Amino acid sequence: MNGGVYVGMPAFPEAAEAAVRDEVLRGNLRHATGTIRARRAAAVAELSDWAALRAAGAAIKERTLRHLDHYLLQVEERVTAAGGVVHWAADAAEANRIVTDLVRETGEREVVKVKSMATQEIGLNEALAEAGITAYETDLAELIVQLGDDRPSHILVPAIHRNRGEIREIFADRMATWGRPAPDGLTDEPAELAEAARLHLREKFLRARVAVSGANFVVAETGTLAVVESEGNGRMCLTLPETLISVVGIEKIVPTWRDLEVFLQLLPRSSTAERMNPYTSLWTGTTEGDGPRAFHLVLLDNGRSDTLADTVGRQALRCIRCSACLNVCPVYERTGGHAYGSVYPGPIGAILTPQLQGMEDELAASLPYASSLCGACYEVCPVAIDIPDVLVHLRERAANGGAVSRRGTPVRIRPARGHAAERAAMRAAAWAFDRPGALRAAQRLGAATRRLHPRRLPGPGRAWTASRDLPTFPEQSFRDWWTRNRDDRQP
Amino acid sequence: MRVALFVTCVNDTLYPRTGRAVVALLERLGVTVEFPLGQSCCGQAQFNTGYRREAEPLVARFGRVFEGFDYVVTPSGSCTAMVRENYPRVGSRARAEGRGEALARVADSVVPRTLELTEFLVDVLGVTDVGAYYPHRVTYHPTCHGLRMLGLGERPYRLLRAVRGLELVELPGAEECCGFGGTFAVKNAAVSAAMGADKARAVVETGASAVCTVDNSCQMHIGGTLSRMGAAVRPVHIAEILASTEEEIW
Ligand code: SF4
Repeated sequence: MNGGVYVGMPAFPEAAEAAVRDEVLRGNLRHATGTIRARRAAAVAELSDWAALRAAGAAIKERTLRHLDHYLLQVEERVTAAGGVVHWAADAAEANRIVTDLVRETGEREVVKVKSMATQEIGLNEALAEAGITAYETDLAELIVQLGDDRPSHILVPAIHRNRGEIREIFADRMATWGRPAPDGLTDEPAELAEAARLHLREKFLRARVAVSGANFVVAETGTLAVVESEGNGRMCLTLPETLISVVGIEKIVPTWRDLEVFLQLLPRSSTAERMNPYTSLWTGTTEGDGPRAFHLVLLDNGRSDTLADTVGRQALRCIRCSACLNVCPVYERTGGHAYGSVYPGPIGAILTPQLQGMEDELAASLPYASSLCGACYEVCPVAIDIPDVLVHLRERAANGGAVSRRGTPVRIRPARGHAAERAAMRAAAWAFDRPGALRAAQRLGAATRRLHPRRLPGPGRAWTASRDLPTFPEQSFRDWWTRNRDDRQP
Repeated sequence: MRVALFVTCVNDTLYPRTGRAVVALLERLGVTVEFPLGQSCCGQAQFNTGYRREAEPLVARFGRVFEGFDYVVTPSGSCTAMVRENYPRVGSRARAEGRGEALARVADSVVPRTLELTEFLVDVLGVTDVGAYYPHRVTYHPTCHGLRMLGLGERPYRLLRAVRGLELVELPGAEECCGFGGTFAVKNAAVSAAMGADKARAVVETGASAVCTVDNSCQMHIGGTLSRMGAAVRPVHIAEILASTEEEIW
């Protein structure tokens, strides 16, 4: 892992091509995304003020990001006052070091984890493993991924690429290696699978003395963290252990509880199509006689300040990780999350990963092109992130290089590899289009040779004719027709 | 009222019938159409592929060529969306980069006057029954730019429903992208083809003899996929349906 990109993954087009051919995967995804799409639409349609809520969500995040320096200090002050300890991590390595040291100080060799994108982004589980500490994922879908020695493919439902039969096999084969084995004769009935997971996890909840979490929101005015989840497993981790370590991206702050109220409406309807979130856990520092005795908040930058410096791209930091954009995306539906080779897949991943980790990596540079720009993501995004606009903006960076911020310092980056021929073609086309005489000459050449055009094109054109016939070239362009029939002036 | 046709480079070069249909339709409705020969391309392919600076001369040209017209009518949802959504961005980004106001002024001037064909018919001319006759079973695919960026909404459906002889059948999953996406169609050809195949199958299942859109770029992809599948469904631009009469079917 390297700042959110899985090392050794091919660029998106190759990975996507392989994924598209996987019929089981396509079936699993079509079913899962189709269902949640319809349910989200119904849940959103129930609220007559959805548009206003969405605008409020976007505005609150936008304003908070504009004054993030102020709110971060407020969070530090309030959390400290409430008995917590605040740590600042500039990048993944620093965050991993802080968490590893904190766990070591407790003398424990294992931790339970609440599902968290931030800890995946920094590769915390791997870093802990290197230090001899085992991290147990306790979210059901994360458990499936961990037991299957797999990678998450969705930010909310990490095992969305698996069907019931596959999950049964993973439980039956792998649970024993990690703890309590699956019951004999386990079937693929959802209730049985859930019960197997419950028994397996219960053992870990009762034994664990250290928990690691992320947070969906941090309320600055009181220094309160919020985790929203559907299973209650997160709450077990947040309340039972003696030490709680939360790794939270600096963009997760909302100024006040009134602001939080907006997001607690936007998030469940967008993510799970629920009116209200089933388990919402809130905590402020430590409380005598209730919950963890020690609380550490690790505030993670890891490319966020640099992203904030980009006036077009920074809207990606408004994201509340609801995953509505993944569920509605026609590209994601056909490739699944693994093809993105990144912790954040789908449309949000395509704009977040290249910003958080830079575009020097070939995979990251290919992500902004993983979209037909259909705009479905923007339409559903509860904080109105104009994902297509950011995609195009990042394509510009990939194609031409340009000024970016790296660890707070302005630098100029070079174009990503492989854009020279495309740049020449785009320039040539723009040149011809700026000279209608040249355009007309090209059209006439096309018309004169129309009988000679091959059905299948060589070179880059092959990508078109592999699945599509070409339109037949007309005998006469529109402009020639107009000049001959409608214009007094002959060409 | 001075009305210009911006035919778009794709229609000009590959689908001149669509342009001729717009002329025939608008003239039948009593509108005099002009076609300034200095026009070429809106710059969408450049802009969307990341070559904003290469699109700038085309933006400037668009401003020059269509100066003085009350309306610029465009038989393409995506080219209209390029002008309305992205010309202001081209303008404001050039300004932010210290390269003057000229492009921002182009955007201010052309954005309110540039309309997609169905917008011009319904909103400006105030017609939904254009007196057309088209005796076929037709399904309509609302292209992404028309649907989500321009918000064409009911306009195309109202126009099609008023066509005599036309049986409009609903397209399942209509709002889902066909997979064209400009350079996406070749940069991520496998995904684009998979999306196209699903769209083509949905079209075939309606039993329609023609699939109608407001955009021939998407149509090139949908039609090319249908043709490769050996399906007999004809791709047709909405202008050609609306231009058709008892005397002349386009
Ligand atoms: S980008 Fe928007 S839709 Fe996508 S996960 Fe983030 S908040 Fe949700």
